[in-house]
Amino acid sequence: MTTTESFASEAANSPTAPIVHLEDVGKSYGNIQALRGVSLSVRQGEITCVLGDNGAGKSTLIKIIAGLHDYTSGTMSVNGEERHFASPRESLDSGIATVYQDLALAPLMSVWRNFFLGNELTRGPFRQLDERAMKRIANEELTKMGISIPDLEQPVGKLSGGQRQCVAIARAIHFGAKVLILDEPTAALGVNQSGVVLKYVVKARDAGIGVIFITHNPHHAYLVGNHFVVLKLGRVALDTQRADITLEQLTTEMAGGSELEALSHELRDLAPDAVADVQDAIQAQEKE
Amino acid sequence: MASTITSPATADDRVSARSVGARLLSRPEIGSLVGAAVILVFFLIAAPPFRDINNTGTILYQAALVGVMAVPVALLMIGGEFDLSAGVAVTTSGLTAGLFAYQFSVNVWLGILIALAVSLAVGAFNGWLLMRTGLPSFLVTLGTFFILQGLNIAVTRLASGAVASNSISDMDGFGAAQKVFASEFKLGGVTIKIIIVWWIVFVAIAAWVLLKTQIGNWIFAVGGDAAAARAVGVPVKKVKIGLFMAVGFFAWFAGMQLLFVQNGVVQSGEGVGKEFVYIIAAVVGGCLLTGGYGSVAGGAIGALIFGMVQLGVVYAGWNPDWFKAFLGTMLLLATIVNLVVKNRAEAR
Ligand SMILES: Nc1ncnc2c1ncn2[C@@H]1O[C@H](COP(=O)(O)OP(=O)(O)OP(=O)(O)O)[C@@H](O)[C@H]1O
Ligand SMILES: [Mg+2]
Repeated sequence: MTTTESFASEAANSPTAPIVHLEDVGKSYGNIQALRGVSLSVRQGEITCVLGDNGAGKSTLIKIIAGLHDYTSGTMSVNGEERHFASPRESLDSGIATVYQDLALAPLMSVWRNFFLGNELTRGPFRQLDERAMKRIANEELTKMGISIPDLEQPVGKLSGGQRQCVAIARAIHFGAKVLILDEPTAALGVNQSGVVLKYVVKARDAGIGVIFITHNPHHAYLVGNHFVVLKLGRVALDTQRADITLEQLTTEMAGGSELEALSHELRDLAPDAVADVQDAIQAQEKE
Repeated sequence: MASTITSPATADDRVSARSVGARLLSRPEIGSLVGAAVILVFFLIAAPPFRDINNTGTILYQAALVGVMAVPVALLMIGGEFDLSAGVAVTTSGLTAGLFAYQFSVNVWLGILIALAVSLAVGAFNGWLLMRTGLPSFLVTLGTFFILQGLNIAVTRLASGAVASNSISDMDGFGAAQKVFASEFKLGGVTIKIIIVWWIVFVAIAAWVLLKTQIGNWIFAVGGDAAAARAVGVPVKKVKIGLFMAVGFFAWFAGMQLLFVQNGVVQSGEGVGKEFVYIIAAVVGGCLLTGGYGSVAGGAIGALIFGMVQLGVVYAGWNPDWFKAFLGTMLLLATIVNLVVKNRAEAR
């Protein structure tokens, strides 16, 4: 894989002051403690990967940073200032753009209207929408992303999942975010489109954006990440720089490490031929 | 951001651009337009007085009475909400202006301003309560529907001692206000009520706002997916409360028309059931009941269909009892036509 090497060589550490810093942050939904004592720093020009199993609290973590939920304990500072965001607008105004896993775009609205939703271009004394400029820019930005949508009047609900992700990412980057949060952007994508998204993530980092990249896939994370945080049941199970970990270690850690080894022993006892070793189990999980 | 990514952006050759015809057919109001044409032809054949140009003014007047309120109701539906109090809110507005001006013996225009404030406040209350509680608008506005219906009758009886407001036709400012809200003029022999002109102006402005402005974009977004809209920074609460206040504004206007067309008297029990007529006009015009899709022009065509059917039945010499049955059939047909046309346009 040549892309692996080029990404790996680019992914050097670049320590600067954190733009977003979480200290001991917790969040409970009623009696469910979704996050407990999470600390995290996001730096300019750095990709912070947040990994974890389903329900580990990844989406909850980024929804706090994005202003959708408020946290219930600890502190969050943005540009050195302690903040509690009351709405996503406040987060956006602080330069944080988010591409959500579960809520991205209004399905019945056309592609170009979605692209500019909340940031519409207007002209003239009556502040009329500048449709022509918006369509042109949306088209340019999407072409840069490597997806072509011939009819920008098409409702977004008719696009494929990957195309929808690309529209949302292109939009976030176009509007000049300082921090870009991506919640599992590659989860629904094929190999080619994943590659395009990963390239875009690296470009964003090189432009000085601090990226929070959430994923299930340690391979994708290791391709681009400078810094890895693994969440487990709402707690930080691992927080490390790229230099201090290998892909294999990350994969094992991500997959539950010792638990998986125990599982492999159990399965071997049940069906000796079916399970060779931990590595196979991990690979099988990867392919899923 | 000036990023320079060179990616293999070869055009996807599976997608051909949609034809102009398919695009036209995917407009929300196209189904109702076809329906309106069919009904027009039908009554032109079945009801001889329908062909008389002098009756055109009457038909348009009936349509405008519904159409003025169909404008905000369509916008609200596109924004994902209903307002069941819209019918009685019109009566509330008329009563407020009439009773206030009479009881305090002030200029009619002051009563009109008070009615405007009350109408906007009712709309704001509906919107605020909806956003505050997160309840469906069906329930919240059902509550305000009963509250207003009760208040209309109770307060009128308390103030005037009767079921109608006191006549204000001899009070200062009445003549000028009647000119604005309920006068008429001749256009080539046809009598045109002023509300028809207002209706056309309102439809034009609202259609422009919906399709060509930022607010319009936000209305589609909050109706299509409120959570996604909020996430990209659209002020969802403000937009929805604003839409309910728009209903309030138009209810005020319709209430003034009601007051001044009846020589300054409003019956306190009026308006019940009208809310459904407005909703029917919007739905027949292609607004999606679940929000995020529709048009102002569609609501206007829905109102026009309503006017044509209501008078067509009369002109054809049929018993008016048939009107409601006809209307219900129209509603069903229109929704089915909308569905079929939309699916076919999208399949192309
Ligand atoms: N709105 C909510 N109300 C109550 N509980 C919630 C809510 N959102 C999330 N949770 C709970 O919080 C926990 C963490 O959920 P979260 O969505 O953050 O997981 P995740 O790591 O993003 O998972 P996935 O990989 O499936 O996206 C889960 O146990 C979930 O059930
Ligand atoms: Mg998630």
